[in-house]
Amino acid sequence: MNKKFMTAAEAVERFIADGDQIAIGGFTVTRNPMALIREILRQRKKELYLVVHSQGQGMELLIGAGCVRRVELAYGGVARFAPTGIRFRKAVMEKQIEVEDYTNLHMTLRFMAGAMSMPFVATRSGLESDVVRLSGFSKESRGKGRVPRDKLKVIDHPLEPEQGKVVVLPPLNPDVTLIHAQVVGEDGTVRIQGLTFADVEQAKAARKVIVSCEKIVPTEEIRRDPDRNCLPHFLVDAVVHAPYGAHPTACHMVYDYDPDHLNMFKRIAPDDDTFRQYLDEWVYPLETQEAYLDKVGEKQIEKIKADPDLGYAPGLDRR
Amino acid sequence: MKIDYTANEMMALCAGRLVNNGDILFAGTGLSMLAATVAKRIHAHEAVVFFETGGIDPSLIELPLAVGDPRVMVGTSVNSGLADALSLLAHPKLHTVAFLGAAQIDPYGNLNSTLLGSYEKPLQRFPGSGGACDAASMASGTIIFMQHQRRRFVEKLDYFTSPGWLTGGDSRQEAGFQRGGPIAVVTNLGLLKFDNRTRRMVLSEFYPFTTPDEIAENTGFDIELARAVQCSPPTKEELTTLREQIDPQRLILGPLKTAAGADSGRRKR
Repeated sequence: MNKKFMTAAEAVERFIADGDQIAIGGFTVTRNPMALIREILRQRKKELYLVVHSQGQGMELLIGAGCVRRVELAYGGVARFAPTGIRFRKAVMEKQIEVEDYTNLHMTLRFMAGAMSMPFVATRSGLESDVVRLSGFSKESRGKGRVPRDKLKVIDHPLEPEQGKVVVLPPLNPDVTLIHAQVVGEDGTVRIQGLTFADVEQAKAARKVIVSCEKIVPTEEIRRDPDRNCLPHFLVDAVVHAPYGAHPTACHMVYDYDPDHLNMFKRIAPDDDTFRQYLDEWVYPLETQEAYLDKVGEKQIEKIKADPDLGYAPGLDRR
Repeated sequence: MKIDYTANEMMALCAGRLVNNGDILFAGTGLSMLAATVAKRIHAHEAVVFFETGGIDPSLIELPLAVGDPRVMVGTSVNSGLADALSLLAHPKLHTVAFLGAAQIDPYGNLNSTLLGSYEKPLQRFPGSGGACDAASMASGTIIFMQHQRRRFVEKLDYFTSPGWLTGGDSRQEAGFQRGGPIAVVTNLGLLKFDNRTRRMVLSEFYPFTTPDEIAENTGFDIELARAVQCSPPTKEELTTLREQIDPQRLILGPLKTAAGADSGRRKR
């Protein structure tokens, strides 16, 4: 067996240290690497530095459980279930985390720049806005560790000065990127079905990559249709087999988001005590994904199972 | 015969009427999805919807509740990611119209979707830009949905997330933006547009169930009313399409209170 294959506990233990800069794949309610994130909570990682575009449920758990010191993001919300992430909002208002606001394009470009070793990347997006004018990280934190010296700079167009100003942004090379994929080959080749969001850019930019997946298939099978693959095996440092590893977020073609769980989370998240009870029930005691799935229950899993043609659960009660 | 309808239905239809055939629509969820879909079904058959997440021209058999919903990945022309989708937004040969919403708007259509209070001391925190600032910066135009309240229509934003007409006049162009700017603001009370020269917001249409004075009362800055006309009420075709084909479960439209008609929906601010 390929040495990259390991349990979530081993992957998090080996590749994630306190204080690391972590990129998380997925988008709001889809393909958040939840099994890996729950393991980070169980190992009580501290002072993490999240770099994300639009993050939902995964960031809610990491921030809520106190694993996070600072975040660079474009959007913190769990779609209609919590248009602003409940634990995210609370942590910002109570000054438990430092936040730096960017846009989805800014973050995507920064991951691309990191992946390509570009010195910086330029755009016009955000000119004149407070996204460009204001910085949320403390002055003392600037230039230390992974924190870039400047959030960004507005400069004259370096090639065509008559075209006015441009925004230049620092690249990102996170210590670790976590993504959840539908399929990984036995060689480590990754296949994501449906929208890839910025997972590929985030993975390519990272120093280490941990991929959790629904299914592992033989190398010859994943290479029979390489047009559908999105990351070569040698970029991947750890593969964790975690069926339903994005639950309660969706995984296109395999399962839908779980409205019952997300609505329940919405009810318990505002209060510190009920949120802690949630962690004591749904995260800390469930040391494996199998244990977690037992807790979710067969009935619920059946309810959110995706239709193979549509990729989601048609008619699911999503209120 | 009087047709009863809600403010949400009026908003979706009013915004839908602003869509032109051939527009490439950058949609969010909620009302913007309804507006785009109703326009496609009724008069703009060649308009195309795409999402910042990478879902390009999906079939939208079921209404997505999130832009990352698996329902935006079905029957698409292309499934891609953020980089691809955002390149369409900025593409010079495409006429892209973005639907946005916000917590606050100022007289020049600049938007706040980040926080209330100050950046150092937020009194309330919202999700942040996401792709909104990108769309406001780079699309050919934006259509903005707002709940019409004084605290949302403000002279000065608490935080400036997404650029509109900046300080009016030619300021947007002078700042370096190549195109774009707000086309219209669609609220639960009416339709607002921007003066071609000053770029300041003016009332364009009030709904059959609202008045210009009521709109001025609910706007936290001075707004010109002189050019306003009454918006035509929904046609039977528009309402039937919206209710029976697009959102039969009323996931986005919300409850239909036929007894009180439009007024009950309007109070749901």
